[in-house]
Formats: sequence, structure tokens, C-alpha cells
Amino acid sequence: MSLSLAAGVVPGPRKDPAVAAALGRRRKRADAVIRLLCVAATLIGLVFLASILITLTTRGFEAMSLRVFTHTTAAPGSDGGLLNAIVGSLIQALLGTAIGTPIGILAGTYLAEYSQGSKFGNAVRFVSDILLSAPSILVGLFVYQILVLPFGGFSGWAGAVALAIIVIPVVIRTTEDMLQLIPNTLREAVIALGSPKWKMVVLVCWKAAMAGIITGVLLAVARVAGETAPLLFTSLGNNAWSTDLARPMASLPVTIYSFASSPFEDWIALAWAGALLITLGVLAINILARTLLRVSK
Amino acid sequence: MSTTTGTQAAPTQGFGGVQARSEAALNAPRIAIRSLDFFYGDNRALKAIDFDIPDRQVSGMIGPSGCGKSTLLRVLNRMYSLYPGQRATGEAMLDGMNIVAPDCDLNALRAKVGMVFQKPTPFPMTIYENIAFGVRLHEKMPKAQMDERVEWALARAAIWGEVKDRLDTSALGLSGGQQQRLCIARTIAVRPEVILFDEPTSALDPISTLKIEELIDELKRDFTIVIVTHNMQQAARCADQVAFFYLGELIEVAPAAQMFTAPRHAKTQEYITGRFG
Repeated sequence: MSLSLAAGVVPGPRKDPAVAAALGRRRKRADAVIRLLCVAATLIGLVFLASILITLTTRGFEAMSLRVFTHTTAAPGSDGGLLNAIVGSLIQALLGTAIGTPIGILAGTYLAEYSQGSKFGNAVRFVSDILLSAPSILVGLFVYQILVLPFGGFSGWAGAVALAIIVIPVVIRTTEDMLQLIPNTLREAVIALGSPKWKMVVLVCWKAAMAGIITGVLLAVARVAGETAPLLFTSLGNNAWSTDLARPMASLPVTIYSFASSPFEDWIALAWAGALLITLGVLAINILARTLLRVSK
Repeated sequence: MSTTTGTQAAPTQGFGGVQARSEAALNAPRIAIRSLDFFYGDNRALKAIDFDIPDRQVSGMIGPSGCGKSTLLRVLNRMYSLYPGQRATGEAMLDGMNIVAPDCDLNALRAKVGMVFQKPTPFPMTIYENIAFGVRLHEKMPKAQMDERVEWALARAAIWGEVKDRLDTSALGLSGGQQQRLCIARTIAVRPEVILFDEPTSALDPISTLKIEELIDELKRDFTIVIVTHNMQQAARCADQVAFFYLGELIEVAPAAQMFTAPRHAKTQEYITGRFG
């Protein structure tokens, strides 16, 4: 055996063209089967996505009119719009982002630049990642307990805080990831000039990671723009025009939720219009975020 | 002390075809290193180093990878202090202060001992701001003076002519060789006494390398220079004094001309002639 190996004789039967051809056919059949399965799975996914998008756009555009943007929500049959819900959503999403972003960026910076594998840092990262995937209704119930009950009722503030809690882990993760991408040699170069660490972080690292961090913030905005559950228990919704953060505040997702489950045709139509608005808004934010990342590269 | 001063070997063909150019006698030491040990955790990476770095001359450090030459360089500006678990013991005296002492003012030390890295490290800001950044860390001055300082530093780093019309553009748009000269300018602008070069040309093309080497030759009129290099020819071309490290020990240190023509240790000779490393 070892003799024939040493002599360079290939072990096994001689090469048979018929066997090789049969093996080749089998390979091609297997290839065709796998390819068919992959294509079919992709098509199934696409069919659902396309049917959602087509239904959303046709029914949404049917219901879309100037009235949607100029009138507030009203009783069924009385020609209402979505103005208060649109404005309420903008206020709460922007305020939630404004509260959550600085906390998220600073916590993400702590994890990337200061924690250096400490137990506390690892614990913060773990908790933040859990919060990232926690069901958002938990956030709503939490804020209901700590803000709504003690401070006498539903309010725009409570809604904004609930959204901020959803924003924070998203921003923490992207901030940390973007700072981790910065090569250590850049940090050393700043330190080598005699810079204190905080100037290294604020003037160089943040600058180098800025496009990525802003992208993360935008994606967080897109995420909270469509959140319903955290607002159900916090800002509740409001059928009248109100920008008072101390009172219940309307929002698109909650309005869609209550209108879509109502029996009234015009309310259901408005719900479709609102759903289309949110989708377009999220789409615009995503495009903006992608463009920003590409431009910065 | 292993430094030999005043040896005037002729710049003849040396070992392995390496030819040393400098015949200068060595100046008085600017940094005096005595019984220096360095530890990565429990791993002793430098063993009882005694080494004098002469004032306003170029000291080259050579040796195979992992021999401790870069580690020693990172001791001289306490870069290792960024990383927990790394520590040095012993003495490295600069202007009457022990660099490795725990009470050493690190920001002041790094203003005195600048560093240029293997890969160019431009900051994500304009060319002008890259230079002004380091200056602002240590000095306050009106804009006009800052303009002068920026121009002076860029001119000393032989890059002013190439960037003077684009000072407000991002430094990331420069070529690799230009970025490295920008980094040298940024280091000079702080007006250090010592400049550490950590394989400054290993990421550059031959022409950029030549420019940097000429620059180092020019800079030693005003600055004490320490350069780590893997390139024997570069050590021979640039250095006045060469130190050979092996497995964390300083095997031999000598004026460049002597090192490359008549090394005293067999290990040095083997390394220089390319038998290992």
C-alpha cells in the first residue's frame, strides 16, 4: 500500500468516464433543486412584501388628500384629517430622540472609550442589548408606572420618554460600533501630541465616527416613528388639536390603531393614509441615512 | 555602558552590502536609559536596558520582530500607559526627569517627546486644523501667529509647497507620503525636543521613503531623533548611532559606521548580513 503510494500510483479504481458523467448529472440535478428552493423562498417573501406595499400605496393614496394635512381627527362622517396625529408624532419622535440621543451617545462612548472590558461596562452592554430587543409594550408599561400614574395622567411627555427609552439602546449600539471601527493608531496619534483623553474623544474620535453615529440616530428616529405600543399607555391619543406636552397627545401609530379597528369607512381610509405617511417617512429617513454613510466614505 | 564615542570608521562597504554614511562623533546624551525593564503583564519584554540617546542626532533601533525596539520607543513617550497591564521599571532620564516615574506629567512629556507612527494618522479635519490641533493643546496664540506656526511646521516637513493652496481641505485627501509628512509637521509644530519615529516609511513607496529620510536628516539639526526600522539600509542611511536589539536585550550599540563595518557581537553580524530576522 505504502509502496504504491510512494510510487505515485493513485489508489482506488481507474477513472471511468461513465461514472464521471453520472456524478456530473447528479451534481447538476442537486444544483437545480437547491436553486429552485432558494428562488421559491425569495419569491414567497417578495410576494408578501409586494402585496403589503401595493395594498398600502393604493389604499393610502386613495385616502390621501389635502384634508389629511389640514384637518384634525374628527368624529366619523365629519370630514376629519390627521393633522393633530402628524404633529403629535413629530413632536414626540423628535423630543424622544432629543432626550435619548445624548444619553445614547455618551453611554456608547463610555463603552467604547472608557470601559476597557470592565465588568460594569460588560453589564451595561448586555442590558442595553436586551433593551434593544425588548418588546416595546414593556417600555410603555414601565413609563405608565413611573410617569403616568404618579403625575396624574397620560401626557405627551410620557410618550416622548417612552420613545427615548427605545432610542437609547439603538444609539448606544451604533455609537459603540462606530467608535470601535476607529483604528487605535489614530487614538495613539492624538495622545502622542500630549492631548488629554477627553479631547481625543470629543475632538477626534467623535469627528471620525460622526457619519455613522448620525446614521444610527436617524435609524432610531425611523424606529420610533412607527412605535404604537409605548404610546398607547403614555400619550394615549387625543382627538383634538393639542401641542401641550402635559396633556394627552395624538400620534399617527395610535390613531392608525384605533381608526383601523373601527367600523367607520372614512376612519379606516384615514388609517391607510396615516400608514402610508409613516412608511414614506421611514423610507425617506432610511435613504437619508444610507446616503450619509456613502458620502462620508 | 556600551556606547562607544568617537570611533571614526571609514564608510566603506560594510556587512551584507550595507554602507553607513554618518561618520559623526556622538553628542552628549539627551535621554539616558538605565536598567530599564518593561512588562506586558508578566512577560518581560525589555531586560535591563542601558542606552544613551545623543542630543540632536539620529539613533536607529534595529532587530528582528518582537525584539523590543518598538516597545522601547513606546516607553520614551509613555504610550504604554494607555494600556493597563503594561509597565516599565528603571530609569529613562530626560532633562532631569524620569520618564517612567509614576508622577511624570504625561501631557507635558508628550509635548517634549513627539511621535510619528508606522501608518500615517491624519485626523479627520482640515490640513490646517491637523497642525493647529497639537499646538492648541499646549499654547494660546492669536490667529496670525498660528498661521505662521502652521506654515513653519509644514515648511520644515517639506510639504508646504504641496498643500499651501489647500489648507482648508480635508487631510484625508492627501496621498500616503504626504499624509506622513503632514504627521511629521503636526509633531514638529508642538516644538518637541525629541521625535520618535516608529517604522515611519514601512507603509510608503520608495520615493516618499526617500523624502522622509531626507527630512529626518534635515530635522536632526534641531531635534533629537529616535527611529525604529526594519530596513538595515535605512538605519545606515539615517542613523548616527545604531542599537541592535534581540529578544528584549540590547545586544550592541555603536556609531553607525562601526556597527555596519565592524560589529563586535556575532549576533549583530548575523542579523546585519541577513542570516536571520
